[in-house]
Amino acid sequence: MTGYIVRRLLTAIPTILVISLVIFAILELSPSDPVGNLPLTIPPEVREQIREQLGANDPFLIKYTKWLRQFLWNEPINIFEQVSGISLPGSEDRLRYISWQTRSPVVDIVIERMPQTLWVVGTAYLWSIIIAIPIGVISAYKQYSIFDNVFTFFALIGFSIPTFFTGLLFIIIFSVELKWFPSVYQTTHEVTDWNSFLFQLKQMFMPVTVLTLFFTAQLSRFTRSAMLDNLGQDYIRTARSKGVSERSVIVNHAFRNSLIPVITLIALGIPGIFQGAIITEQIFRVNGLGQYLIVAIQGGDLPVVQTLTFIFAVLIVLFNIVADVLYGLLDPRVVYK
Amino acid sequence: MANKANDAKIAQLAAENEIMGKPRTLLGDVWRQFRKHRIALFASFLLIAIVLTVSIGPWFYTADPTYADIMAMLAFNDGPDVTPIVTPQHPLGVDNVGRDLLARMLHGGRVSLAIGFTAMAIAMTLGTLIGLLAGYFSFLDGPLMRLTDMFLALPTLPLLLVITMLFRDSLRSLFGPELGIFLITVSVIGALGWMPTARLVRGEVLSMKEREFVLAARSVGAGDLRILRLHILPNVLSPVIVAATFSIASAIITESALSFLGLGFPPDFPTWGRLLFDGKDFYQLSRFGVLAPGVAISVTVLCVNFIGDGLRDALDPRLRK
Repeated sequence: MTGYIVRRLLTAIPTILVISLVIFAILELSPSDPVGNLPLTIPPEVREQIREQLGANDPFLIKYTKWLRQFLWNEPINIFEQVSGISLPGSEDRLRYISWQTRSPVVDIVIERMPQTLWVVGTAYLWSIIIAIPIGVISAYKQYSIFDNVFTFFALIGFSIPTFFTGLLFIIIFSVELKWFPSVYQTTHEVTDWNSFLFQLKQMFMPVTVLTLFFTAQLSRFTRSAMLDNLGQDYIRTARSKGVSERSVIVNHAFRNSLIPVITLIALGIPGIFQGAIITEQIFRVNGLGQYLIVAIQGGDLPVVQTLTFIFAVLIVLFNIVADVLYGLLDPRVVYK
Repeated sequence: MANKANDAKIAQLAAENEIMGKPRTLLGDVWRQFRKHRIALFASFLLIAIVLTVSIGPWFYTADPTYADIMAMLAFNDGPDVTPIVTPQHPLGVDNVGRDLLARMLHGGRVSLAIGFTAMAIAMTLGTLIGLLAGYFSFLDGPLMRLTDMFLALPTLPLLLVITMLFRDSLRSLFGPELGIFLITVSVIGALGWMPTARLVRGEVLSMKEREFVLAARSVGAGDLRILRLHILPNVLSPVIVAATFSIASAIITESALSFLGLGFPPDFPTWGRLLFDGKDFYQLSRFGVLAPGVAISVTVLCVNFIGDGLRDALDPRLRK
């Protein structure tokens, strides 16, 4: 198993390199200009100097290797230094990857914004796992019952209505009409006592619910079909015929086996939720990573866009490996050599 | 008991066929099964209605979607009552600068649906082609599947946002504002959406090419292209059709998301997503500005998904009753 994990991680390196090259190339080939947003009063010579200083005129490969070195080598060390407080030699010479808009290191802003995204998206994902799995199991066990039909219908509605529309509807219903929840997420809000905790719950309610509804729809459908697959297997009939209680048949036999693909899907879905958060964060003004990406794209801030897109890609590759490893751990029939 | 019922059914079917006097066709079988899925049937009628409304609607409802009716807008702004004022000239009201919402909805629907169908066509063509090649020619399998894996690892929405943002100005100057954005949106959604289809087709082809009928075709001297075109492609088409339906839905949602983030079509050339984006800031002015495009997107996508669900059951012979 360890050998397998090591091999998967090693083969992931070329994949990540190719993806980084693609992302880098798309952005480099684009006509975007780092000084495009500066005031028009700046004369062209000065503009050219700024460009030169930012390194925007370097040849492609030099820019790419510089970027890779900064991103894969320098920035992880910077993060390590910040977290541990230990200062490694040469920390002054180490170049930081600087945002064109804010003139501060990209990675610092990413770390600063990470908690908001993780809070909102993570809570929603946890909730949807808690809600979706029982629904899926019961739907499969009572296939074509009223319960099943109702939830099948709602699940189809759930992933047909885009999150940006549900989000807007929630704002209209709960913020504008009923005035129950705030429509803007205040990141600066600190939980100090009971009331501020309640406020935190209130402001998290809408973004979390919108995302939860969406994930639940997908996950419950998947759980249902995984359960249905297993309930039709011979070993279920065997278990029943030897007198195992119905509860045990469902919980210990069918459910445990259905969890294997479901857990894999949950792992595979994690990178997707970061992308899904882009829209939700934009609607509810949560200043997380997704909203940062939009701001950066609108401002033509290439370093930030590159970093964030690359992070999303790395997450996908990483969680693909996690899903495969989990699959191997959970399913004894799968043997990795 | 069950056998008897089956026999009766078979007899009845045989009788029906004799009366009708014509052999059952594949399409007929699919239709017969599809009809049983009530919701899917209803959804397909609704979708046809939507497509007809947006495609021929503007010929009957001739209001100009770009004309700003200032008086109508002022009438809207009057008074604290925010319920939409429905007038004969503007059945859905006007937007914040007085443009007729219904006309904009109709024209926007054309673009949204056109994007859905075109992007689907691109994704399906690419996916089927790559899947066929990878499945049939084993020397292409490795490289093409690595390519697919790599594309699957690309973060779709961020990349879409980035590409549209970065290249839309140059394309706009090449093809004009409307066609330029249309081309880039459609091709990027298509180019980032073919991977699941390619995997699906490859898997089917891998098992299909070992079958006896392929061997038979080869033994009578059929070439690779002929086998692929006449023997393998028709057999892998059913899962592709189902995937195609779902891909229309996801293309419509993706385009709306792009427009909703303000990075899609320009405001004078609206799609449903763009209308939602514009309408959300003027909710106090007109509720239809949010509800109409939102409901239109949701209903269309819902219909397409239900149709896909029905088609999946209808196209799979093992599920037919």
